[in-house]
Amino acid sequence: MSLDPATVRRIARLARIRVEDAAVPRLQGELNNILGWIEQLSEVDVEGVAPLTGGAQIALRMRGDAVTDGGYPERILANAPDRAGEFFAVPKVVE
Amino acid sequence: MTYTLEGSTGSWEVVVGLEVHAQVISQSKLFSGAATDFGSTPNTQVSFVDAAFPGMLPVLNEECVAQAVRTGLGIGAHINLMSRFDRKNYFYADLPSGYQISQFEHPIVGAGAIEIELADGSTKKIGVTRLHLEQDAGKSLHDQHSTKSYIDLNRCGVALMEIVSEPDMRSPEEAGAYLRKLRTVLRYLGTCDGNMEEGSMRADVNVSVRKHGEPFRTRCEVKNVNSIRFVQQAVEAEAKRQIEVWEGGGTVLQETRLYDPSRGETRSMRSKEDAHDYRYFPDPDLLPLVLDEAWVESLRAELPELPDAKRARFMREYGIPFYDSGVLVAEQVIADFYESVATGRDGKMAANWVIGDFFAGLNRTGHSIENSPVSAAALGRLLDLMADSTINGRIAKDVLEAMMDTGEDPASIIDARGLRQVTDTGAIDQAVDAVLAANPDKLAEYKAGKEKLFGFFVGQVMKAMAGKGNPALVNEALKNKLG
Amino acid sequence: MFSDLSIVEAASALRRRDFSARELTQAHVDAVAALNPRLNAFITETPELALARADAADAALAAGTAGPLAGIPLAIKDLFCTEGVRTTAASRILGNFIPPYESTVTANLLRDGAVFLGKANLDEFAMGSSNMTSAFGPVANPWQRAGSNAVLVPGGSSGGSAAAVAARIAMGATGTDTGGSIRQPAAFCGIAGIKPTYGRCSRWGIVAFASSLDQAGAFARTVGDCAVLLGSMAGFDAKDSTSVERPVPDYLAATKRGVRGLRIGVPREYRMEGMNPDVERLWQSGLQWLRDAGAEIVDVSLPHTKYGLATYYIVAPAEASSNLARYDGVRFGVRQDGVDLIDLYERTRAEGFGDEVKRRIMIGTYVLSAGYYDAYYLRAQKVRALILKDFSEAFARVDALLTPTAPTGAFAQGEKMDDPIAMYLNDVFTVPASMAGVPGMSVPAGLDHQGLPLGLQVIGRPFDEETVFAVSQVIEDAAGFSAVPQVRAGA
Ligand SMILES: [Mg+2]
Ligand SMILES: [Zn+2]
Repeated sequence: MSLDPATVRRIARLARIRVEDAAVPRLQGELNNILGWIEQLSEVDVEGVAPLTGGAQIALRMRGDAVTDGGYPERILANAPDRAGEFFAVPKVVE
Repeated sequence: MTYTLEGSTGSWEVVVGLEVHAQVISQSKLFSGAATDFGSTPNTQVSFVDAAFPGMLPVLNEECVAQAVRTGLGIGAHINLMSRFDRKNYFYADLPSGYQISQFEHPIVGAGAIEIELADGSTKKIGVTRLHLEQDAGKSLHDQHSTKSYIDLNRCGVALMEIVSEPDMRSPEEAGAYLRKLRTVLRYLGTCDGNMEEGSMRADVNVSVRKHGEPFRTRCEVKNVNSIRFVQQAVEAEAKRQIEVWEGGGTVLQETRLYDPSRGETRSMRSKEDAHDYRYFPDPDLLPLVLDEAWVESLRAELPELPDAKRARFMREYGIPFYDSGVLVAEQVIADFYESVATGRDGKMAANWVIGDFFAGLNRTGHSIENSPVSAAALGRLLDLMADSTINGRIAKDVLEAMMDTGEDPASIIDARGLRQVTDTGAIDQAVDAVLAANPDKLAEYKAGKEKLFGFFVGQVMKAMAGKGNPALVNEALKNKLG
Repeated sequence: MFSDLSIVEAASALRRRDFSARELTQAHVDAVAALNPRLNAFITETPELALARADAADAALAAGTAGPLAGIPLAIKDLFCTEGVRTTAASRILGNFIPPYESTVTANLLRDGAVFLGKANLDEFAMGSSNMTSAFGPVANPWQRAGSNAVLVPGGSSGGSAAAVAARIAMGATGTDTGGSIRQPAAFCGIAGIKPTYGRCSRWGIVAFASSLDQAGAFARTVGDCAVLLGSMAGFDAKDSTSVERPVPDYLAATKRGVRGLRIGVPREYRMEGMNPDVERLWQSGLQWLRDAGAEIVDVSLPHTKYGLATYYIVAPAEASSNLARYDGVRFGVRQDGVDLIDLYERTRAEGFGDEVKRRIMIGTYVLSAGYYDAYYLRAQKVRALILKDFSEAFARVDALLTPTAPTGAFAQGEKMDDPIAMYLNDVFTVPASMAGVPGMSVPAGLDHQGLPLGLQVIGRPFDEETVFAVSQVIEDAAGFSAVPQVRAGA
């Protein structure tokens, strides 16, 4: 599988990373190089193998339903690059 | 009666499936300890986890899991003892982590069904494909500033159940009935308050049309419709649009649309340029969710009586008809109210009074059943006063009106207003005599064979007695005099 | 001289009041001030906070309420969120981020009285094996090749932590290890470093790279010091769903167990074609030391070893592409304005992330995308299951494994820079244990022909860090590693 320039742009778009047109060929080369290398996994026989999804081999723990967090809007908003009073602010989104 | 829409090429069938997002009733959020109350000051119910600060991790709320299981059990669905949380990746201003934790491949609840009832009295089973748990997003406010959108994360991370139906509905009416029934069941279970105005229940409506006998055609998803009426309108508007497209030689494109109630039409959501590619994968911060079968069974054992079962029982125990029992079980509070009135009394009579005069009184005075001035106990006492002939049915209607207005006990109203039924035969005879004396012409007609006039005399006597005469005794006295 | 003390020695000297915590911390603060301009091991220095903590330690020592790490000056990898102290992950995008919370691991260290000298440099978002990807500049390895002034890399991603400990400007340090980020820099810098079992240390408050692999661990100059640090850092945390509820054993006691009667496995697939002869020779020495100490050496096979790296370079970028989506310039971090929200996101992330991070996000996005998930991500998870199976089968026969930590000693800044894959190969020996979630430790064991330190890796069963420490201690004792880097405090 080899990435074409359109795919590189599509991936960058999905990842929300701006890529200048001039940078596409370089990125395409780098990504194809890595993808070509990881291609080696196709030689492993994985027939009937159950995928290992996580690092921990335990079942999920649950917590009780109690309000134990929140209630500190100033600490939530303190690092915001742009805020309007009690809200975060972003350029207007048109739906 | 099949619902069809007529186009220029003939009649079309409408196919509807619903994805309902129901907010889970819980104190805290699905993966964080922040509160879930509606209408709080912006960004006060937000933890660092909800705002996706660096290094923050989700921890699952057991009660939200229990609520999903209860709901699954309530719709007779299969509970998956092994389920998993996945990340659905996309960027949006009110989605802080850049992914929604949801359940994609392995939902907690599998297939179930909901039975709906239609206006003609028929019933229909609507399949439920699955139910899964996921996080709600925050709220974007677009109308506060000319060039900015404001973000409030209070709702972000609140648990939702996404309940997906099969494309089993064939009309706006069926879609509405499904939503009402689902809401009733959720409320009975106490797993969602079903409040569509506050957004705690929202529907995505999948609509397609086809000619009879055809396979399904392309569907469109009308997103986030927030009332049952609008869902029904949206189904019709979207179906009509699609028929026009097909009949105009065009092709319906699979897309996401919005319903605009003010114009009564759906419109395409400003296309988000790139096709969605959510890149689902198992959330590595969470392990597979494994439920203990005994725990599921203990939740099953604690389930309340659900509307269908309650309706059947009401019909059986109280002898009330199918339609009336349906009205009484539509909401748990009504059912509870009715049952407390009916217990130890004539169930049919209790049903008539609750559905009739009591509901009319609530309506007239603008009360809901929750804040009714007349308690179930007070209404019960009124029925008792009828049963022991303290008042007659006609007077009871007036007493109930007074109870609605004043909140007073029926007995004190009856005493204060002197409404006790007159059973003194002397007084009744006196009134009968006076009426007959005052209407010689009618008496003559009666005697000449116009027996229908008997009712006229009863009315006149009751009127003379200000409605308080015991109807049976008045009848008897009249019969004697008229011989 | 403070710079030659171990943590274990310093802790008892402090209790004897041979010197004060303030004196010990002041000496390290001064050493940081003197050497950091050359090493760039710290992104943020916090001398005032350190001295205040030292005074508190002195008070606790006087009152008899001191914790086990009271007054011990440490470097904290700048991936651990520290309340009120800037935490950058070595990225421009977090260049101004001040966490309003303390990570569980650093909170545990603070509970035990530790003193934080500042935030240590690393590869951006822990993605790298050389510390060359930091937005705050590369870290210099305190070691140099004999007869050369070329500046060498300290390894990565925890390069600042390793360099600070090696140069004796910190007594110990925290690190995180996703595919070798503690073990490889420990080897490059001639110090000890342990990555415990996945789930042993809480990940809460650590900037996430790859959630199913990330694990915090410790650096120090001795195995015993690592045992003490890990004992403080580890423990169950209800805020991390992958944290494991198990008591933390006395790791320092475990270092004294010896290896008599243990079976030590030598995975044959780690003996690779064209292996560095210095590394090969040191490995053989390590096996001999263990044999001499009474262990039995057993050949084992980990057949999927060669696929570890490729698997890692699918799983880790996939998770990272999702974990790093939160850096969007909306709630924290550095924003670049845009004409609309999408433009803001794209500019913020293009400017905020460095090339390696962007590369990995794009690889991760691609392998998860529609049509490729099964071929890449799902297949990688299956190979990961096979790698875990390899280890489980080996651990049915042996108590621990001994391998080299890295294929070579440290290389120079600028070398291997234009070939990401050559860089990735640094982790060929460390990645399999990460994929399996098992504990691994690098112990300095000797020098190569250029005079650069090399490490040996001890890999243990899940949650059996005790055996890892026992074996590592035997190697440390037998190796008698006493070489010191050219750049160091007190030199
Ligand atoms: Mg949906
Ligand atoms: Zn949903």
